[in-house]
Order: sequence, then C-alpha cells, then structure tokens
Amino acid sequence: MTVQLASGARHGAPRRRATWRRRRDIRAGYVFLSPWLIGFFVLTAGPMVASLVLSFTDYDLFSAPSPVGFANYTRLFTDANYLQAVKVTLLYVVFGAPLKLVVALAVAVLLNHARGGSGFYRSAFYLPSLIGGSVSIAIVWKAMFTDKSIVANIGSFFGGPPAESGGWVGNPSMTLPMLILLTVWQFGAPMVIFLAGLKQVPTELLESASVDGAGPVRRFTRITLPMLSPVLFFNLLLELIHSFQIFNSAFIISNGTGGPVRSTLFYTLYLYQRGFSDFQMGYASAMAWVLLVVIGLVTLMLFRTSNAWVHYGGDEK
Amino acid sequence: MTTNAVRESATAAVTGGGAGPGRSRARARRRTRSVIFHVFSVAVLVVILYPALWMLMSSFKPSNQIVGSVNLIPRHGSFDNYAHALQGIGGVSFWTFLANSLGLAVLSVVGVTLSCSVTAYAFSRIRFPGRGVFFACMIATLLLPFHIVVIPQYIMFNQLGMINTWWPLLLGKFLGADAFFVFLMVQFMRGLPSELDEAARMDGAGHARIFWSVILPLMRPALVTSAIFAFIWSWNDFFGPLLYLKTPTSYTMPLALRLYVDQTSSSDYGAQMAMAILAILPVVLFFLAFQRHLVRGVATQGLKG
Repeated sequence: MTVQLASGARHGAPRRRATWRRRRDIRAGYVFLSPWLIGFFVLTAGPMVASLVLSFTDYDLFSAPSPVGFANYTRLFTDANYLQAVKVTLLYVVFGAPLKLVVALAVAVLLNHARGGSGFYRSAFYLPSLIGGSVSIAIVWKAMFTDKSIVANIGSFFGGPPAESGGWVGNPSMTLPMLILLTVWQFGAPMVIFLAGLKQVPTELLESASVDGAGPVRRFTRITLPMLSPVLFFNLLLELIHSFQIFNSAFIISNGTGGPVRSTLFYTLYLYQRGFSDFQMGYASAMAWVLLVVIGLVTLMLFRTSNAWVHYGGDEK
Repeated sequence: MTTNAVRESATAAVTGGGAGPGRSRARARRRTRSVIFHVFSVAVLVVILYPALWMLMSSFKPSNQIVGSVNLIPRHGSFDNYAHALQGIGGVSFWTFLANSLGLAVLSVVGVTLSCSVTAYAFSRIRFPGRGVFFACMIATLLLPFHIVVIPQYIMFNQLGMINTWWPLLLGKFLGADAFFVFLMVQFMRGLPSELDEAARMDGAGHARIFWSVILPLMRPALVTSAIFAFIWSWNDFFGPLLYLKTPTSYTMPLALRLYVDQTSSSDYGAQMAMAILAILPVVLFFLAFQRHLVRGVATQGLKG
C-alpha cells in the first residue's frame, strides 16, 4: 500500500483522483450493504450469540433467565423424547435423502436421453418440489394414507398392515416410510440440477468410449458419474441439510403431537414443542446448537471426503 | 443419441456402407428406445400427478366418497365443498385469510427484490475493505439452520410487542436475510461485463446511478426468478405465521387450512380438500405461467422448492 502511494506521488493529479474514487467506493459499498449489515447483525449474528448464551440458562419468557451451566446439554442425553427425536430424524435423513437423489438421478438420465417431450416432463416432475412442503399436500397425504384409504388398501393387499387399523397414518411403523415417500415424491428439484450437470458431460468423450467398446453401464460409471460428481456433491449437501429440518408435514399429519407413539417426533418438531409450547427457551436453544453442530460436522465430513470422490473438470486423477 | 449415430456409421463402414438392413435395424432400435422412454416417463408422470389430481377431484366429491375411493371422477360432482370453504371458519371470512396471504406475499416480493439487489450490487460491483469477510458471512448463512436464530428472534419480537403483527415476517425480507436470493443475484451480476460500469463512470455516473440505470434493468431475469420464488415461499410458509400470528383474523391461508382441519374433524374431507385446493391454487398458477423461469432458476442456482 505505502509503496504504491510513494510511487504514485510523483504524478499528483491522477493519484488524487484515484484515492478520491477509492474513498467514494468505500462509502458507497457500506451504504449499499447497510440494509444487509443491519439484518445480519440484528437477525443472524446477534441472535446466534443470544441463543448460545440462552442455552446455558433456564428461561421461560416471563421471568429473568437463570444460569444453569451445562445442565440443558446433559439433560438431552437422559431425555427419552429427545433421543427418540434424534433417532427418527436420523432415519429420515439417512434413508430419505439418498433415495430421493437416486430417483432424481435415474429420471434425469432418462430425460437426458430423450428428444421430444422431455421439456414437458421436466417441468411436470418439478411441480411437487414446489408444492410438496405446503400444508395442502400434507393434508392430502394424510387423507391418502389414512384409515381405509387407497394406499392403505393397496398396501394391505400386498401384505401390509390391515387397512382398517388407521392406515399408514395411524400405524407407528408406517409413518416414517410415508413421510419418506413424501420427500422422494419431491425429487424434481435435484433432478433439474442433475439435468443441468448432465448437459456438461461432453458427448465426444462418450462417443469415443463407445467406439472403444464401452457399454452403456461402463460409460455411465466411468465417465458420466465422475463428471457429475460436483453436482452430486452439491445435491447431497443441500438434501441432507434440508432433511434435518423437516417440520411442516410432520406437524400437520400428527396435529403437532409427533404421534402416533412419537413416531413422527422429528427434531425440529420437538424443538418447537419445547420452545414454544412449554416455553423452555434455554432447553430449546441447546437443542438448536446441537443441531447446528451436527449439520456443521456433516458438512465438514462431506467436504473432507469430497477429495476422494468429487472430480472437478481439468484435474487428472 | 449421437452415440447411436456413431455406432450406426461404424457398422455401416464394416458392412460396406450399405443403406439396407443395418440402418433400418438402427431406426427400429431408436424407435423402441423412444417408446421405452415415453412409457417410463408417463409412468412417473402418473405417480407424480396422481396425488394432485386426486386432491382436485376429491374437492368435488361428497365427503363420504373420498377416503377409500380410488376413482378419480366424482359420481355426483358439485361445488358444495367450495361454497362451504368460502364461508370461512370461526366467523372469519375466507377473503380475510386470502388478503393476509396476498399482502404478506406481495410485500415479501418487494422487500426481497429491493434489499437483495442492493446487497448483491455491493458484493459484486464495489470494492471496499471487509467485502470478502461479509461475503463469507453471507454464504455461511446459506447453510445455517434457522432454528438457531428463531428463539432469540421470537424473544426479541415479543419484547418489542410485535407478536401478531407482520413485522417479524417481513423485516428479514427488507434486510436481505434470504441469502439464497443475494447469492443468485451476485452470480448473475458477475456475469455482466464490467465495461458497462466503466463507461457509465466515464460519463460521470455514481454508484447509485450505475445501479439504478445500468445494472438493474439488465438484472430482469434474476429479479423475476427471485420475485416468483419469494412469492411462492411466502405463500407456502407455515412455520413463521404459526409462531407469530395468533388471532384467526390475522391468519394466512396455511394457518386457516390447519384450523379448518382441526375444527371440521376428520370426517369432512370434502371441504378440507376444497380449502387445500384454494390454498395451493396461486402456486400452481404461478408454476404454469412461469415454469420455464422456475426450472431454469433451479438449474443454475440450485434453489429448493
């Protein structure tokens, strides 16, 4: 910086104009950024600090917070409802997200090979991603999977539980598969991203592999999949973070209870119950921090392992 | 498909370039492939659209014919369910819920497009110290689960006496808190040539003028995509209104729908379906009108539904 100033000092006028312009840039930068800056400190950074502090207190919104040390965190490990919420959420994340991505990729590959009509299909398949999280669809899902409903009848025909016993909605062992089906049904968004990635795979490469005698399976696993790995990584990250935060459908289908028999007591639903029904703000804050740390760790792990399986264009490995 | 052409010409070369059996076999194979493609796609389409269609058709059926019926076509179709739904719930008119949802969604669109475009301009077109750090902060908020901030935010809005007002639901929109849109616009602005700013600056324009007269008009595609998503997300939002809106007269459509399900008990499926259709209709209409925009926006920015 000082070197530049010293050398620039020889011809006075342009230098003065440059510093004037720089000062103007700094001022304009902060003026333009000010709404976001206020929002960031008031709505994100400040609340994050507050939430961390709260997690070490008991606070019911009506009397002053009282510090309790790590009590909220140690209590998590003995809270049967919390452990249930962790279990249900992990099952949902571990089975739902990959299944959704497999379907999304399969359909994307199918559409990528077609000429006529693929634009129509692509748009139509995307629709559930747009409406799937809404209360309307949760209600439809509830009606479709309830006592004596279509799906329950078909399910019991194929050896599932009897349709009269409350259907999938009333059966604690079927609510999770039901919600996983709901998320898989919304495969359209990752599919569109996969399709964009598939367009980047150079056809010359596939053609020359084909001339060399590589079959479709080999071409897919050796060329398409590695070239698609950055997109796969992106989709996986987004989908995992997304699944950890399932709330609407579980809330509507169980009427906010997490039932039957706590089978839809997802992490965020339990956090909502603790924070906004029981007003245990400190305990709920501790839950939120554990969630943040877990999502952070999952993200970190994905990034760490990505060197092994994500191939960015141009690097020879 | 091009691989087929290569294989075809390869076989043609081997067999002596004849147009005969080799080529027609390839054409037949291409046709079977196309048939397989359409069969699969239509099968997926049926699975995808069946719940939506079932919901639509059920809204015209009497309640006792909905659950357990695989039939899509109602035997005695009527608009009774809609008439019932339009009466509202608990003495509150349907139009009140609609007006609440519309007002919030429109203001969200205004807030998001204004605040995020200004923020994106600062990040992508102006050089100032601290830009890199704040940009990293903005990207980090993309991955942040909002549960980490929701409890202190609730306490803050509660102490400010803003529960049951629109402030908690709109403040973030006007302060660029939706990092997705900021990111989308930054990416778009980076694609615009810097010669534009230089030329405007030569003509004596300041940043406000460059932003307003040069960049913003070129941003139309990114602004439209953001506006559509901002509308739909606000319209479908359930958690925010659930936390902050407490009296039925302030309810949005998703809250009203939930109230409807609670009050009418599980037996009146017909009215529930009609209400569900009405609650989702604007989103579907937006989708039909802007599907190209929406799908392209997802493909380039990885937005979620």
